[in-house]
Amino acid sequence: MAERTTKRVTPPIASAIERSSAPLPTRRARVRYWSIIGLLGVLSLAFAFGLLAWDNPLPFGTDGFWRIASLRATSIVVIGVVAVCQSLATVSFQTVTNNRIVTPSIMGFESLYVAVQTSSVYVFGVAGLTFVAGTGQFVLQIAIMVGFAMLLYGWLLSGRYANLQIMLLIGIIIGGGLGSVSTFMQRLLTPSEFDVLAARLFGNISHADAADLPVAIPLVIVAATLLVWRAKRLDVLALGRDVSMSLGIDHRRELMRVLLLVAVLMAVSTALIGPMTFLGFLVATLAYQFADTFDHRRVFLMAVLTCFTILSGAYFVLRNVFAAQGVVSIIIELVGGTVFLIVILRKGRL
Amino acid sequence: MTTAKPTPRAASRGRLFDWKLLIGVAVVGGLLVLSLTTGVYDVAGADDGAEMFAITRVPRTISLVLAGAAMAMSGLVMQLLTQNRFVEPTTTGTTEWAGLGLLVVMILVPNAPIPLRMVGAVLAAFVGTMVFFLVLRRISLRSSLIVPIVGIMLGAVVGAVSTYVALATDMLQNLGVWFAGSFTSVLRGQYEMLWLVALVCVAVFVAADRFTVAGLGEEIATNVGLDYNRVILLGTALIAIATGIVTVVVGNLPFLGLIVPNIVSMLRGDDLRSNLPWVALLGIGIVTLCDLVGRTIIMPFEVPVSLILGIVGAVVFILLLLRQRRRG
Repeated sequence: MAERTTKRVTPPIASAIERSSAPLPTRRARVRYWSIIGLLGVLSLAFAFGLLAWDNPLPFGTDGFWRIASLRATSIVVIGVVAVCQSLATVSFQTVTNNRIVTPSIMGFESLYVAVQTSSVYVFGVAGLTFVAGTGQFVLQIAIMVGFAMLLYGWLLSGRYANLQIMLLIGIIIGGGLGSVSTFMQRLLTPSEFDVLAARLFGNISHADAADLPVAIPLVIVAATLLVWRAKRLDVLALGRDVSMSLGIDHRRELMRVLLLVAVLMAVSTALIGPMTFLGFLVATLAYQFADTFDHRRVFLMAVLTCFTILSGAYFVLRNVFAAQGVVSIIIELVGGTVFLIVILRKGRL
Repeated sequence: MTTAKPTPRAASRGRLFDWKLLIGVAVVGGLLVLSLTTGVYDVAGADDGAEMFAITRVPRTISLVLAGAAMAMSGLVMQLLTQNRFVEPTTTGTTEWAGLGLLVVMILVPNAPIPLRMVGAVLAAFVGTMVFFLVLRRISLRSSLIVPIVGIMLGAVVGAVSTYVALATDMLQNLGVWFAGSFTSVLRGQYEMLWLVALVCVAVFVAADRFTVAGLGEEIATNVGLDYNRVILLGTALIAIATGIVTVVVGNLPFLGLIVPNIVSMLRGDDLRSNLPWVALLGIGIVTLCDLVGRTIIMPFEVPVSLILGIVGAVVFILLLLRQRRRG
């Protein structure tokens, strides 16, 4: 990160010359920002179109072509929903925790998802999975996750000894405890039951059920709009607890609100496609580099586009070039995890 | 490290054994006897009872002692070396690395003998622990709570790699079985390598003073004439050996290394030398108790000890965190 810190030194001087305190102070910064946005936008469109059109047996523009394309459109919508969820949630979470290493998905959501899925197979057998599929279960799963998050925040972020880091750790530990319960149940499954379950324990776009989208999309739109609407407050929160309090923000209440919205977004994403631990981290890290600003609205836009490009690009390449669509999420996780390791080793502090 | 300063005592060695420790030994001894006599098979009545006793019960009880003591002491050493109370092999990724090493050996050499698997697990655990120490040195820590968060995330990365490898080679369910610590499969002829961790325990006892000095930080340790890096290397090697071997023979014993040293220092203060026997004893006691619960709760079947330990450990850990929160 050495080159970043040196880069950081220049804008204030330049802005002093131009007499501007805007998020992208110099002309160069603005050109850079918008050209990256443009590039990512073009790439997103290209990959989305590629997912619709590649290998489509009918010629472009005919009725049959659009019929096949519309069947595939669901997965594009799902990618869009996931991109919005993961990127907004991670960026906001990292801002309020004042830490660019953590991701919201370690907060026990994934263990909760795994525990719910495993126990349904454990109790009801393979038939349990058909039982847990369906919109009712989708809503239930989101409700369980958000409820869990509310309990945790309400318990640990209120009162005299409120401490965000302790809350994070307790979330992780509860996740670990749930993990050992799940592992135990998985042990008792027959191999065939386990295979069916294992397919559901990895994030996969094709898990998403189109029937769930009417529930998921409004939830995401509401949560995302609220976050974007409050982005200016996030800018202030990023200055740290003490500074934001002296600037007149009710820090604890703002924190709870943001975390609740993050919980909703993460719950929708996890319930829709399964756990993706390092996608958010990867996207947020790249977005900070690309955007090079502390203005949240601009970082949000960059992060959503980056996430959409990564997800759709990975699916397009792996599906059509390597014919390996099942492992997309695992490869994204590996790349994200590696980036995580590199960042943590290169970075001088947290 | 808490700020409580133990008063300098010339005769601190005298306190190594006192009557409280004897009572502790007696209680844990009682638990071990109970462990020897608990089981579905009637060893006293059946004709081949004595033989079954020697094949299953004795190895199981011995491995409870060895694994419990080793993991608790590894946790203690790790907490000293990192100067952080929330660190132990499962919150630093060491067990995940050991699992990855084991997996790699199993794939490269399908019918690998146990010693070979252990070499793989130990080497990977060593690498992983060194990576963790490297990370800790690179980052300046504004809060002690960040350390376990970073460690758990590192573990998650390694866990993702293991999962991917296991999925690609169709070993996912095996992986789950290995990671879930259980003493069920500990039989005569399969656990003997575990005796190596007894050597680790002895080594920790011998080097205890050095670890204590290293726990004061690099500058102070170097000032009083300690080769700090060598002590770190020694500690890492001991932790890696203990974790690697225990992972291969028994599996993952979550939170044990975390809760035992914390409870001991809460009750007795931070006098490492006289605490060490207590740490070993409490480690043995907790593992044995959890194993007994696991064996009796759904008799004639068994719940793996890692499940009980995971739940108990999570609860104790959370209580510890809340206590820390009170202190600010």
